[in-house]
Amino acid sequence: MSAENLGVSVETKPSLPTLRFLTCGSVDDGKSTLVGRLLYERKLIFDDQLATLERDSRKHGAVGEEIDFALLVDGLEAEREQGITIDVAYRYFATEARAFIVADSPGHEQYTRNMATGASNADLAILLVDARKGLLTQTRRHATIASLLGIRHVVLAINKMDLVDYEQSVFNRIVADFTHAAKSLQFASVAAIPISARYGDNVISQSDNMPWYSGPHLLAYLETVDVENAVSEQPMRFPVQWVNRLHPDFRGYAGMLVSGRLNVGDEIVVAASGRTSRVERIVAMDDDPTSAAAFESIVLTLADEIDISRGDVLCHPNQRPEVADQFAAHIIWMSDEKLLPGRSYFIKINGRSLAGSVTEIKYKLDVDNDAHIATKTLSLNEIGFCNIALGSSVAVDSYDANRATGGFILIDRFTNTTAGAGMIAFPLRRAKNIYLQEQLVSKAARSHIKHQQPAILWFTGLSGAGKSTIANLVEMKLLERHAHTAMLDGDNIRHGLNRDLGFTDVDRVENIRRIGEVAKLMVDAGLIVLCAFISPFRAERQMARSLVGEGEFIEIFLDTPLEVCISRDPKGLYKKALAGEIKNFTGVDQIYELPTSPELHIRFMNEKPEEIADRIIKELETRNVIHG
Amino acid sequence: MALSSHLRSLESEGIYILREVVAEFKNPVMLYSIGKDSSVMLHLAMKAFYPAKPPFPLLHVDTTWKFREMIAFRDETAARLGMDLIVHVNEEGLARGVSPFTFGSSAYTQVMKTEGLRQALDKYKFDAAFGGARRDEERSRAKERIFSHRTTAHAWDPKNQRPELWRAFNTRIRPGESMRVFPLSNWTERDVWDYIAAENIPVVPLYFARNRPVVRRDGALIMVDDARLPLHLGEVSEMRRIRFRTLGCYPLTGAIESEADTLEAIIEEMRLSSTSERQGRLIDFDEGDSMERKKREGYF
Repeated sequence: MSAENLGVSVETKPSLPTLRFLTCGSVDDGKSTLVGRLLYERKLIFDDQLATLERDSRKHGAVGEEIDFALLVDGLEAEREQGITIDVAYRYFATEARAFIVADSPGHEQYTRNMATGASNADLAILLVDARKGLLTQTRRHATIASLLGIRHVVLAINKMDLVDYEQSVFNRIVADFTHAAKSLQFASVAAIPISARYGDNVISQSDNMPWYSGPHLLAYLETVDVENAVSEQPMRFPVQWVNRLHPDFRGYAGMLVSGRLNVGDEIVVAASGRTSRVERIVAMDDDPTSAAAFESIVLTLADEIDISRGDVLCHPNQRPEVADQFAAHIIWMSDEKLLPGRSYFIKINGRSLAGSVTEIKYKLDVDNDAHIATKTLSLNEIGFCNIALGSSVAVDSYDANRATGGFILIDRFTNTTAGAGMIAFPLRRAKNIYLQEQLVSKAARSHIKHQQPAILWFTGLSGAGKSTIANLVEMKLLERHAHTAMLDGDNIRHGLNRDLGFTDVDRVENIRRIGEVAKLMVDAGLIVLCAFISPFRAERQMARSLVGEGEFIEIFLDTPLEVCISRDPKGLYKKALAGEIKNFTGVDQIYELPTSPELHIRFMNEKPEEIADRIIKELETRNVIHG
Repeated sequence: MALSSHLRSLESEGIYILREVVAEFKNPVMLYSIGKDSSVMLHLAMKAFYPAKPPFPLLHVDTTWKFREMIAFRDETAARLGMDLIVHVNEEGLARGVSPFTFGSSAYTQVMKTEGLRQALDKYKFDAAFGGARRDEERSRAKERIFSHRTTAHAWDPKNQRPELWRAFNTRIRPGESMRVFPLSNWTERDVWDYIAAENIPVVPLYFARNRPVVRRDGALIMVDDARLPLHLGEVSEMRRIRFRTLGCYPLTGAIESEADTLEAIIEEMRLSSTSERQGRLIDFDEGDSMERKKREGYF
């Protein structure tokens, strides 16, 4: 144990809040070089790091014998080989005035998602522009993303001034171009600074090469810029992160106060339930504080025992957020797999992960000219304005009003990747006056008089796999046993309920969503529902499964090889598809995603359909759907 | 002493991350490496779950070559705070006679640290493991997420990391997969020492300058911590006033000559220093991208 650290006094760091900023701009504009230069000039590159850097500069560097600062921050092997930054790198430095956290974000177009990531936690963005090239599509795109993600302060760093002879007119022209381009963006301040990251002009000291520029150099500006967006003045929001009940006599609500101020004695309300209480204590290991400010992680106790769980938002009664299960939001798509309306995603908001889906994409944003373009899907790096519906109501603010309670991520339910990020614009009130009708007769009662358990038998597989044939045989056998059934068949449904839908990915998702909902109603009626659909996507089969109770969804995978299906070709469709006459045909030019754990996996063994049907009936007996 | 607003925000973020894991995972564990960063991380955990104790055990992957003072400090700390401590040794590696001298630092680290860690995580089926790594330590760390996904084989795929926005951490994993979580991601070495001073957090005495027996080897000062260190021909152990900026296995950890025997002096020394703390880590220099390579294989 060290007695050494008792009674030590250490110089305090300045209390100006830490500045989190982001560097962005087009590829080759010199972002990494600038960050490397800042660290180097601040003597934050150590001798051993410098030695490595010099070695790397000779090996991979792009500036001959000089030190290539970009190599210092381009950390990953692949990046050094390709000479581009492919991910967000975080760097740290401090001066006497302030501590800084820098997100160095990539400029290459395909990695826009990383810029959004860096921007989500930044207060200021340094937008780099190559003085020789002026504003590029990428510059405009990054400015838009910065604005969309709530960054209100921008430094327009016009770099490589050394390559335009430190010419003032070049600087002025680019500043004018940006002022025009940024008119529609929501920046509170824009500071334009002419620099040369490579030679250090106006980076940490005033440049002698540009006497015409009288403003502060970059570091001086960063040290003094006031980005305090008065988060503590905003309405108080306390999303409950975790209920601390580890101690028998203690029930505390832990979380980070994301905005406003909270005092002991304050009256609070749980936004979603409307239950109220009073803050009894803010509990701390040292002395209990009497109040808490924005961004402090605290644990508090309330005067009354009310039902509160993770994801609930506490607020002051006169400043409540909206409570909604539908809202409009901007979504930045971050996955290689397209966003499909109707597909179910996990939506993580205020710590709670809810099933939800995009019900409509109003438009996608063309960031080059602010145009709105009609679309049915969003691809990687596209930004759309969408309506979203959740499985239950949550407390939300608009993202403009509160970055914490107005932002959410979308998670792919199958791969668990973060597929997108959303910024809420406003809640939709259409759901407000529709209440679920309480029903007197239950599903259990309805199925009880039919002497069966309701279930969905979901037949999936390629066209020609035998889905309809076998489903029909199974239904006949069920009828013989006096079971109550219904049949939903792909082709038949498409002649009626779904005749407005085609075969694109988007329409296929909607097709299965409607069928899932119809099947669910029939299960509620106590029926055994046979569904025979190609249903090529895992996500939609999963969605149909999630509509009914545990054990009520029986996925039957008819695993018939494509060659067999093609040779059968009962409707002559493969022939047409292979000839290019039908587009989006599963197995030909559209993928079929294999089921990972179907309840019944029927491998192709040249069995007679009759035998397969018998096997399924046996399985239903084992599962007590019908009685043996 | 009151914390600066900078340290307060780092502390608050760390506590938030610790709580997020406890709220979202079934079986978390804290990788406790005994160093200064682990001391800070553990201190944050004591705060985050107060008045209860942190609801997870500490895990130390012991290579059997740690400094003796580290082991004493580890056991003392766990007892003082009432934390469960799991000590795991790769017995298989030990039986094969793997040591820093028989295998070379790279292979030794792979077997005794990386494989040892994997064994322990598999054995106890931990689905989330806290580590005290900071992004300012090393280049490939600078790009790692706070919640860093690992496959069932504990592999890290740097090109396929989940975007991390706001504080909305994606904590979803499939059975058998796990998450490495770094609550001190945004701290610097300086922040760690400032916080230790401000909060009076005990650390291993090896960080403070004392007269200790060392040999000079390949330009590094190696402490003769016990009789297992084979002396090369002509090498003599001599007493020097030294301390450590980073702690690991004693045969692989270089000391610095220093007079800094108080926290104040350490912080002042660091302010004037022109080398990074990892300079004393012999394992980082095996090959150009050794850390990234190790991490992909499951090293912390």
